[in-house]
Amino acid sequence: MAHENELNFKATELRLGLPGTEISAAKNNNKRASPEENGSKCVISSVKSSTENETAPEPKAQIVGWPPVRSYRKNNIIQTKKTENETGIYVKVSMDGAPYLRKIDLKVYNGYQELLKALETMFKFTIGEYSEREGYKGSEYAPAYEDKDGDLMLVGDVPWNMFMSSCKRLRIMKGSEARGLGCGV
Amino acid sequence: MCLFQCMMNYFPEEVLDHVFDFLSSHRDRNAVSLVCKSWYSVERFSREKVFIGNCYAVNPERVLARFPRIRSLTLKGKPHFADFNLVPHDWGGHVYPWIEAMAKNGINLEELRLKRMVVSDESLELLAKSFPNFKSLVLVSCEGFTTDGLAAIASNCRYLRELDLQENDVDDRKGQWLSCFPESCTSLVSLNFACLKGEVNMAALERLVARCRNLRSLRLNHAVPLDSLQKILVQAPQLTDLGTGSYVHEPDSETYIKLKNAIQKCTSIRSLSGFLDVHVQCLPAIYPICTNLTSLNLSYAPGIYSNELMKLISHCMKIERLWILDTIGDTGLGVVASTCKELQELRVFPSDLYGVGNAAVTEEGLVAISAGCPKLNSILYFCQQMTNAALITVAKNCPNFIRFRLCTLNPTIPDAVTNLPLDEGFGAIVKSCKGLKRLSVSGLLTDQVFLYIGMYAEHLEMLSIAFAGDSDKGMLYVLNGCKKLKKLEIRDSPFGNVALLADIGKYETMRSLWMSSCEVTYGACKSLAEKMPRLNVEIINEGDQIEASPDARQRVEKMYLYRTLVGPRRDAPDYVWTL
Repeated sequence: MAHENELNFKATELRLGLPGTEISAAKNNNKRASPEENGSKCVISSVKSSTENETAPEPKAQIVGWPPVRSYRKNNIIQTKKTENETGIYVKVSMDGAPYLRKIDLKVYNGYQELLKALETMFKFTIGEYSEREGYKGSEYAPAYEDKDGDLMLVGDVPWNMFMSSCKRLRIMKGSEARGLGCGV
Repeated sequence: MCLFQCMMNYFPEEVLDHVFDFLSSHRDRNAVSLVCKSWYSVERFSREKVFIGNCYAVNPERVLARFPRIRSLTLKGKPHFADFNLVPHDWGGHVYPWIEAMAKNGINLEELRLKRMVVSDESLELLAKSFPNFKSLVLVSCEGFTTDGLAAIASNCRYLRELDLQENDVDDRKGQWLSCFPESCTSLVSLNFACLKGEVNMAALERLVARCRNLRSLRLNHAVPLDSLQKILVQAPQLTDLGTGSYVHEPDSETYIKLKNAIQKCTSIRSLSGFLDVHVQCLPAIYPICTNLTSLNLSYAPGIYSNELMKLISHCMKIERLWILDTIGDTGLGVVASTCKELQELRVFPSDLYGVGNAAVTEEGLVAISAGCPKLNSILYFCQQMTNAALITVAKNCPNFIRFRLCTLNPTIPDAVTNLPLDEGFGAIVKSCKGLKRLSVSGLLTDQVFLYIGMYAEHLEMLSIAFAGDSDKGMLYVLNGCKKLKKLEIRDSPFGNVALLADIGKYETMRSLWMSSCEVTYGACKSLAEKMPRLNVEIINEGDQIEASPDARQRVEKMYLYRTLVGPRRDAPDYVWTL
């Protein structure tokens, strides 16, 4: 078929928006799509999940003054966004005996319970019951982490937020070494 | 003539004067001044606080002639849509002529409150030097001044009680303005410099706080670190309103422990804001004061993510006013709904302004709030999506809304479930909320929603419309139906000349009308201006959109009209034409 040999102009066309989307036709001719005064870009990032259904709003070019937020607020939210750790707290997770390490984002979890459950699923093992006195009883594994000072610590002793800020990497220990760590003397 | 009227006529003016002293609202005073000549006369000499909603509706000379005993002036300048970059910066709204006139007339000015006005350093200097009893300066969303102007205020206003700077665009000259408060200044009750970007001298700030024993409200800027906050709180445990600066520190440190102790002593704090930069591990320090808070503004704290936010809010049972970011999520709003039974005003601002795709709130959060918070009467809600069903439920749960502003991030998004316009949902709101004074609509909307608004929104005073409606009928429904309408602002909607010209007398009953990217033409605007000499019809003509002698049929990009007693203003820039 002849048209298959044609240069696919549509595919190579430079335009705004995610690949595969069409910019929806303006509701009326009046809609302006000029970039904002403070120089923001028109492209919507590709973070939007591709699993969004058809009725979800299509990414649009920026409309002046929409959403209607005061410029002062816009400028100051950007500022603080820079300092906010938007990127997750990624730490390496090693398991004794496993061929390779994994990486997880601590920010995704609301507390120790969720974290441990995720680790159990990821490495297909069970962690025992935590108690302050005796560490993790009931399995041969103990979750440990390396803190800011380089010390190997048992997961669960300190408040979650403190853990998040001091944890540098996780290590799931196995066997006698684990028992040694988990034993509360 | 009724008996009461007769009796009032026999009262000497001193008695009337004394009675009018009890009238603080300018609306009441305006009403009273219309009763008869004698009441007008007594009232005008007794009025000390004057409110002017549009600085171009009148001029300084007329105001001072009518109210010679004025002590407090409130002025508003630019139209509301200026907040969203729709009005060029030098459009107008200068305060200088007002200050100049008051200085010349020997007015004993004590208070000046400005919103969306251009304030130059020169004006601030003149202000500082002309009024020896000046006590209170409140600037909201203003621009044009630098910290040099603030230095003049600090240096010269010996009895200054209030310096409140809210969301202004200030050029920070890093000139130590705060150090200009003399050692003899002990009168400050309220100091808010949260919007300033530069550093202030910490030692000077700490000393200032220490000597102002009546200080009740203090809002710091980003440059004030946590250890200074701690020292300040030790000096000022009597604070009722606190805005933290940067809230970042090691949670294990001695400073943090000292801060915890200092905060615990601040048992009078009822209003909290700030957290412009925050380490969430330091938040527990404020839990003890959360139980007493009635007002909480975390809308500039994107660093407090959802879980921490929920934990914090679960302590705030007495909150009446809550401003947050949509990072709170629908779940977080559920926590608000179950905790904050005293909630009256809620504002949920968007955290994601550039469509990066962060989670926002949906109709679920709004419904939860409406179900859980029986006292809710004012809402500003930026959301990802909305449904008619949700709005109908909200209308049923909360018939007491005075302000209802809904903003869908996609301005023309339909009902998320049915794909229909949101007409029925907003219709339910206006039908149920008989006291509604302010409404902003968004989402996919046809003329039908305006039919409902015209029919039911009897007390509506301000209406904001964007990307809505199908034809002139929509705008006509509103103009014909909303008898108390004062401010109407419309953008990107297909309303044109027929609607604009149908009832031109209506505009003299309103403060202003804004129409941008609509269908009105130059000819219609000119015709309106010619027929109504007491309206200023301004065309804002940026970028040479209209040539010198434009065609009558040419569409006008931006039109702003307002009633005025003093004709076209003389300070309009080149591209603003008053027809």
